[in-house]
Amino acid sequence: MYNFDFTRPSTIKEAVAAIGAGGQALSGGQTLIPTMKARLAMPETLVSLTGIQEMKGICTNDAGQICIGAATTHAEVAHEVAKSYPALSDLAGHIGDPAVRNRGTIGGSLANNDPSACYPSAVLGSGAIVKTNSREIAADDFFQGMFTTALEEGEIITEVKFPVPQKANYQKFVQPASRFALVGVFVAKFADGVRVAVTGASGEGVFRWTEAEVALSKDFSAATLDGMAAPSADGMISDLHGTGAYRAHLVKVMTARAVVAA
Amino acid sequence: MPKDSGIGVASKRREDFRFLTGRGKYTDDVALQGQLYAVMVRSEVAHGKIKKIDTEAISEMPGVRAVFTGEDFSEVGGNPAGWLINSRDGTPMREPKRPVLAHGKVRHVGDAYAAVVAETLQQAKDAAEKLAESAVIEELPAIVDMAGAISDSENRVHDEIDDNLCFDWGWIEDNREVVDKALTSSPHVTTLQLVNNRLVPNAVEPRSSIGEYDPGTGEYKLTTTSQNPHLTRLLICAFVLGIPEHKLTVVAPDVGGGFGSKIYHYGEEALVLAAARKLGRPVRWTADRSESFLSDAHGRDHLTTIEVGSTMDGEILAIRTSTLANVGAYLSNFSTVTPTFLHGTLMAGPYKVPHVYVNLKAVFTNTAPVDAYRGAGRPEATYSLERAIDKLSRELNLDPIEVRKKNLLTPDQFPYTSPVGLIYDIGNYQNTLDKAIELADLKNFESRVKKSKSNGKLRGLGLSTWIEACGIAPSNLVGQLGARVGLYDAATVRVSATGTIQVMTGAHSHGQGHETAFAQLVASKLGVAEDAVEIVHGDTSKIPFGMGSYGSRSLAVCGSAMDRAVDKIIEKGKKIAAHMLEADEIDITFENGNFTVNGTDKSKSFGEVAFSAYVPHNYPLETLEPGLEETAFYDPNNFTYPAGAYLCEVEVDPDTGKVTICSFTCADDFGNVINPMIVDGQVHGGVAQGIGQALTEQTVYNEEGQLLTASYMDYTMPRADDLPFLKVDHSCQTPCTHNPLGVKGCGEAGAIGSPPAVVNAVVDALNRGGHAVTHIDMPLSPHRVWQAMQG
Repeated sequence: MYNFDFTRPSTIKEAVAAIGAGGQALSGGQTLIPTMKARLAMPETLVSLTGIQEMKGICTNDAGQICIGAATTHAEVAHEVAKSYPALSDLAGHIGDPAVRNRGTIGGSLANNDPSACYPSAVLGSGAIVKTNSREIAADDFFQGMFTTALEEGEIITEVKFPVPQKANYQKFVQPASRFALVGVFVAKFADGVRVAVTGASGEGVFRWTEAEVALSKDFSAATLDGMAAPSADGMISDLHGTGAYRAHLVKVMTARAVVAA
Repeated sequence: MPKDSGIGVASKRREDFRFLTGRGKYTDDVALQGQLYAVMVRSEVAHGKIKKIDTEAISEMPGVRAVFTGEDFSEVGGNPAGWLINSRDGTPMREPKRPVLAHGKVRHVGDAYAAVVAETLQQAKDAAEKLAESAVIEELPAIVDMAGAISDSENRVHDEIDDNLCFDWGWIEDNREVVDKALTSSPHVTTLQLVNNRLVPNAVEPRSSIGEYDPGTGEYKLTTTSQNPHLTRLLICAFVLGIPEHKLTVVAPDVGGGFGSKIYHYGEEALVLAAARKLGRPVRWTADRSESFLSDAHGRDHLTTIEVGSTMDGEILAIRTSTLANVGAYLSNFSTVTPTFLHGTLMAGPYKVPHVYVNLKAVFTNTAPVDAYRGAGRPEATYSLERAIDKLSRELNLDPIEVRKKNLLTPDQFPYTSPVGLIYDIGNYQNTLDKAIELADLKNFESRVKKSKSNGKLRGLGLSTWIEACGIAPSNLVGQLGARVGLYDAATVRVSATGTIQVMTGAHSHGQGHETAFAQLVASKLGVAEDAVEIVHGDTSKIPFGMGSYGSRSLAVCGSAMDRAVDKIIEKGKKIAAHMLEADEIDITFENGNFTVNGTDKSKSFGEVAFSAYVPHNYPLETLEPGLEETAFYDPNNFTYPAGAYLCEVEVDPDTGKVTICSFTCADDFGNVINPMIVDGQVHGGVAQGIGQALTEQTVYNEEGQLLTASYMDYTMPRADDLPFLKVDHSCQTPCTHNPLGVKGCGEAGAIGSPPAVVNAVVDALNRGGHAVTHIDMPLSPHRVWQAMQG
């Protein structure tokens, strides 16, 4: 690790100013710190977002959406939405290990948009809204490819607003070594239709499997998927842990399991 | 009432208190006044010519005290292979120099070609990074694939070796034609090609070394993560740096696991000593996890074709194997004996097979050195054999259990001289197999298959009946076979005036619980409390000599040396007691800690005799020296032969290919057992590593020689939730006939017997599920199993 300066602002405004001045935002640090330890990143100033009270905690707004402060840890989400949004709680409760869950935050995970991270599938699958210091971004617009998001330079996520579906479930098939998602599928059934969001599989990051959404919106059952082809393996990640064809196959398997478990 | 101390009792491990409360003292915990930090500069390419290393570029950087390159060590010796292997044509193996730091060429990713020593670790890292940036290394084509390497005379790992071949070994060469004929005339021949996957040892504690030099006395001290401090001292003194052996102390304090990887001497150890001498200050180095992946000696990495000839009812007639074994870029100390004499000699397994021939070619590649790893050669032999017998059973439509029963040696056939040169002294392989079958509740297996099926899962059963050879010996025989060291061990038993006991052993404990088991051994023999016995290990200044711990030798060899030293103590004690009791020495019996005159109630306790030895007021000084301390060296006259039967039941998820191990049963014969709890733990650990090899651990170098699995993000260690509850039994005991303790060794068994049991179970599950899969190479990751099911 190289030397760096460290600041810990207490308001969003101060944080945005510090980042605007060239600082690197640091939330739970579950990606950034290991990268720095390996000397693969050398930020001059880290701007910790963990001291900003307005970015923490969970509440339900008038529209019935669950609003999660961006600096809220996975462990807190797992605990606090266990009744109000069990599928989201279950997802958060199975990210990494306890140490990761006690440090890592939802905002950090979404801003990083690791193609194998769990949270992006919940956000996209729920049709959530990503709120930043300057605007609100719909999930469908937020994720723009592997490690790429709609965030502008210096823009930070402050909150995520989740509509609560009638039924939902997340199924993760883990990459054996890292235990990130080799394929993770978040299925959410709303009154106006079903959303199916897939993480881990695509070189473009999280995506919606629209064919399955159409079919499941008509008939929300695993049997609906039986006759369907798995999504195309084109563009799927192919690596030591699985070919694109295997991942495509797992998307279908995990989707069916999520439907059954929802 | 159960015994609460002594042999056969599950005494709690006394060392665990310090380990579990953070009081263990490992090399990196040693802090020294004035210490400097070394950082190794490692090659980022697999193969390259070193054109320029600009040490001047960093000499003025903050804190930098010295920079070393291969040039600085060009005058000193190389780190040698411990065993000379001759090829089939009688020519000696090719043995290129393994320098302290790469000189002229780098030969694998992670090959250290320079070292920077600075006041702080950060300064050393900064300077090392700068040095690496300015170094000019001309990349050469990487030699990674073994078959390609030996057919390529253009690209050479070592310029002087035109075909990258270290040796081409035949065992036993004189039997080659007879075996060929036996196979040709066999009614059935099963052929199987299999990969024994390369493993990264991944000890919890990374390697670490601290060098010290005292200019006042000319004495050196090396504190290091070693399983084998005396061998390390010998190699450094006699081969590498030429330090007089009496001027170097090597200390291996608490060591957090080794699995073989810390047997060997590594260049970093010589580097810190040379740097300490040059700078007159202690110099320390500790690997980070990435360095461990790149530079620890890896394990296994065989590509084997095995042919098994049999009758149509499964009687094995002949076995022939042909193997390519990767030795990596340099010969690590045991890299040449591991794939030969620890592998080829086991190829008959526990079976009565008339004809066996093993051919093995050791190949240099631009990868990390490969050496002994838990089991060392014997897991490779067992895997080939047990997979092939399973395939044979399937091809002949025979029950694999029955095929094994048909071929297992029977108790009346011992001692048995195998066609590959070993003499098995004793065993009862039917007993362990029957025990495993009983414990695994095999009679209800079919109902479990049905239950799995109703849950959408495919269930399968896998068996392996295995044997190994532990406590490699005797020295005169291994010397004839090419060993450059002896394989005896030593112990000193030092009794104090108050009757407490220190035992100095050449064994080294890096997780095995020696401090407990050896104390049990000595205490029970001397009839004293276990607490009165302290085991001292890992320090060449305290211990007479030793060959360290590996190959499941500690109890069988070092324990036997200890037993002999205790015998000498008792012998001397009898003389002292006879004098004290005014009796004749031959009338003295030692039992339960008392020296008694036969047929009388006259006796002296061990403590009284010890006191008299050190306060010799009433003592036969004319004929006997005072003091009570004895040393024994023990050189076994044969290997020991633990054996057992492992049964594994798995479920395969046909939708994902994921394998779940439902149950795993081990019935082992380790001979006599000192501490059953420690033995259980050794088997648990070994099986965990074997399951890791079978299901999860995969070491991948790409065509450029880059290690793709160089961190835990991609290298899959087995975790607790990958493992079932293990049923472990070692009640079947045929005590070893040739060592005084009747013990055989248990450290490697789990890692030897388990991989084929797991793979056999998965193949069985798939076949029961209608997938005609004959073989899947390890590790059986979900992806590989799924692919196999796709046909």
